[in-house]
Amino acid sequence: MAGAHKFDEVEYYKPEDLLAMDYRPPETGWMDTPVDFRPGTWIYPGKPKHLEYLDLANPRPWSPTDEDWKLPKNWKEIILAGIKERLAKYRSFKIFMDICVRCGACADKCHFYVGGGDPKNMPVLRAELLRSVYRNDFTTAGKILGRLAGGRELTVPVIKEWFYYFFQCTECRRCSVFCPYGIDTAEITMMARELLNLVGLNVNWVIEPVSNCFRTGNHLGIQPHGLKDTLTFFADDIEEVTGIRVKIPMNQKGADVLFVTPSGDFLADPGTYTCMGYMMLFHEIGLNYTWSTYASEGGNFGLFTSHEMIKRLNAKIYAEAKRLGVKWIMGGECGHMWRVLHQYMDTMNGPADFLEVPTSPITGTRFEHARSTKMIHIVEFTADLIKHGKLKLDPSQNDLLKVTFHDSCNPARAMGILEEPRYVIRNVCSHFKEMPINTIREKTFCCGGGAGLGTDENMEMRLRGGLPRGNAVRHVQQKHGVNRLVAMCAIDRATLTTVCDYWAPGVKVAGIHELVANALVMKGQKERTVNLRLEPIHEVEEQPIYEGEE
Amino acid sequence: MNVFLSLVAVLAVMLAAYVGTGVLDAKFLFGTILPYAAIATFLIGFIYRIVGWAKSPVPFRIPTTCGQQKSLEWIPPDRLDNPHDTTGVIGRMALEILCFRSLFRDTKMERHEEATVVYGPGLWLWIGALVFHYSFLVTFVRHLRFFTEPVPYVVALLQRVDGFFQVGVPPVMASNLFLLAALTFLFARRFWSPRLRYFSLASDYFPLFLLIGIAGTGVLLRHFVRTDIVNVKELAMGLVSFKPVIPKGVHWFFFLHLTLVATLLAYFPFSKLMHMGGVFLSPTRNLANNNRMVRHVNPWNAPVKVHTYEEYEDDFRDKMKAAGIPVEKE
Repeated sequence: MAGAHKFDEVEYYKPEDLLAMDYRPPETGWMDTPVDFRPGTWIYPGKPKHLEYLDLANPRPWSPTDEDWKLPKNWKEIILAGIKERLAKYRSFKIFMDICVRCGACADKCHFYVGGGDPKNMPVLRAELLRSVYRNDFTTAGKILGRLAGGRELTVPVIKEWFYYFFQCTECRRCSVFCPYGIDTAEITMMARELLNLVGLNVNWVIEPVSNCFRTGNHLGIQPHGLKDTLTFFADDIEEVTGIRVKIPMNQKGADVLFVTPSGDFLADPGTYTCMGYMMLFHEIGLNYTWSTYASEGGNFGLFTSHEMIKRLNAKIYAEAKRLGVKWIMGGECGHMWRVLHQYMDTMNGPADFLEVPTSPITGTRFEHARSTKMIHIVEFTADLIKHGKLKLDPSQNDLLKVTFHDSCNPARAMGILEEPRYVIRNVCSHFKEMPINTIREKTFCCGGGAGLGTDENMEMRLRGGLPRGNAVRHVQQKHGVNRLVAMCAIDRATLTTVCDYWAPGVKVAGIHELVANALVMKGQKERTVNLRLEPIHEVEEQPIYEGEE
Repeated sequence: MNVFLSLVAVLAVMLAAYVGTGVLDAKFLFGTILPYAAIATFLIGFIYRIVGWAKSPVPFRIPTTCGQQKSLEWIPPDRLDNPHDTTGVIGRMALEILCFRSLFRDTKMERHEEATVVYGPGLWLWIGALVFHYSFLVTFVRHLRFFTEPVPYVVALLQRVDGFFQVGVPPVMASNLFLLAALTFLFARRFWSPRLRYFSLASDYFPLFLLIGIAGTGVLLRHFVRTDIVNVKELAMGLVSFKPVIPKGVHWFFFLHLTLVATLLAYFPFSKLMHMGGVFLSPTRNLANNNRMVRHVNPWNAPVKVHTYEEYEDDFRDKMKAAGIPVEKE
């Protein structure tokens, strides 16, 4: 791992070095093995200005490599009081602290452990980092027997270890699937991050988007006119490909549907193509919808901060739906966004009694399963359109793509939206192959960059965490010639691009609605010769090359 | 170290029982006071722990979904692995508690050459856990013959079925063999897997040794250390009828068995063994994935500071107007 490259660049890491991981645990016991903050495995701390803007604790410049983290004087009391408060507020936390039997079923289920071999990335041991403190200070056995009962005192090195390892968990919930008691490391990580936030420990890759989102309505900090510009560029590109000019309704009162998507779709390829896909679909079916600049973020990095922060950011969606007077809400392709929309939004900011049960104006289908939240996933909406034959689709326009589908963690394990995306994909392309069964559906592997870890200074961990997914992709690449990995998550589209380039070079990443749009035959379109990426959609006849005269 | 200490602790319990009943004559202490104290600790402790968990609310509905959701009519939902109603939840919990559904999913990571990591099925833990729990249950139920008069038909039947092989006098119980085999397996995998040993605590080995001790002394009592079964039953009936007696002729070895059981009961509420109660309360398993159908209410749903639309428009009004985006206040 050397050369002209820096630790935040992919080229710095040689696959053979990363693959030389050693699953043998260290000689020293885990309580006696301190954290090594080596570059590439941790994330820069939150900048003071963002903490100040959000009224978060202890804003100050600091670095994990500093000896002194400038914690508040009474940091220990704050953390212990924080644990006590959360034990009383969350049965999940209390149960998960108490009933683990350390059977080890979860041990080899975490992508960071698979790709890195650090024993503290085994979900059981990650939880023990917090559980040991809980035992020491909150259980009878721990108070009496201390270390013998698996307890240990809360010290600064313990806090450092928490910071390192609870920002090496992507809250993907894969371990929870295998746990005989359903112990969910995501829940434990969420609690630990809340506790860390109480003393001013968080990462900038999470807290800057949170701050941006609070102010501008989206993680990227795109201001209203900027969003309009962005969508106008997309409309230009769509026109170039199809000859059709799509409308961009923004903050329109009286629209039927408010559409909310992760802002990642506005920023960078390949998410942008997915966003164009939404716009083309809505145009083609004549949906009376609107974008919102205020609620211009479906994602919610509050989920990676605290329950309170989830609620603070999520509140905008219902508030905006109410202000604009829409009938219901539709959400785009995103992963953790759907964890929040599905499992938290209604409880936190509902009831949405001012909205109607989502009903497709095209097919008449009432989406009864969303009768309380009034918000449906665009893939549910599109699957229904296709089922009713409302879309004219030409899958051959995706014929150059050999597609596989990556189930994103949260839609799979916090929702169970497994068949809808597959139904849509099968209808818009001709070549679809699944990855091995133990790496998809509820057993899907994380991209390695979720929960606020997808930043370049964390590159070593991203590549390691992406290894299981990368290997599964490479498997279908070699076996079936797969060249396109489809995922309905903005973080996937950003981070799996890096993962695939590294572990399965040649496979590109796309969203589902990019494929939908490419297959969509629009009324009045010009002849489609290129897809949204401006790549030819059919094999280009190779011009015979004649040897020139000498 | 954790292994050694746990083993020593269990041996110490046995030694104490031997000294108390084989050397000294403290049979009343070991045959009456300790069992009563242990049962009281177990009952009170178990209830205390359950009530403690139940007192904390479930603010959010956070099931881990392991199958297709219920959405469009033409997509069949997975009612057991992703239940959307109470019937489904009962089914899911029954599968989890009776069949260890989640352990059945287990996969085993294997490194192959180059970049290949493969995930084959890993059913050993599932088998070991099932065999242990069910043979323990059978053994427990069989023991009710000491505490009941007349012995219920089911218990007597189970006794006969369990001794089905008709090997030895008295016949060897299949459940005893399975129980000891499963416990040995569970210990061996914990001890010899470097990964498991690394995160195993003394409190993981202690109950294993305790159970091995209980099963081992039980088998020895049945087949080698012949104690008068009638006397043992008299003692047991005395305990359950609150008229404790210590009949003469009960071998001191029996008190080793009884004291280990008492230790297990008293230790239970303070330990990971409480997973027996906790598994019923796990919010990722015992809630229906009907989040978008039925609103879940958080009892402490506290107000938070938000950035309102009005504040937002105040920040960006000029830019919005310049871009032709509608505003509330011109």
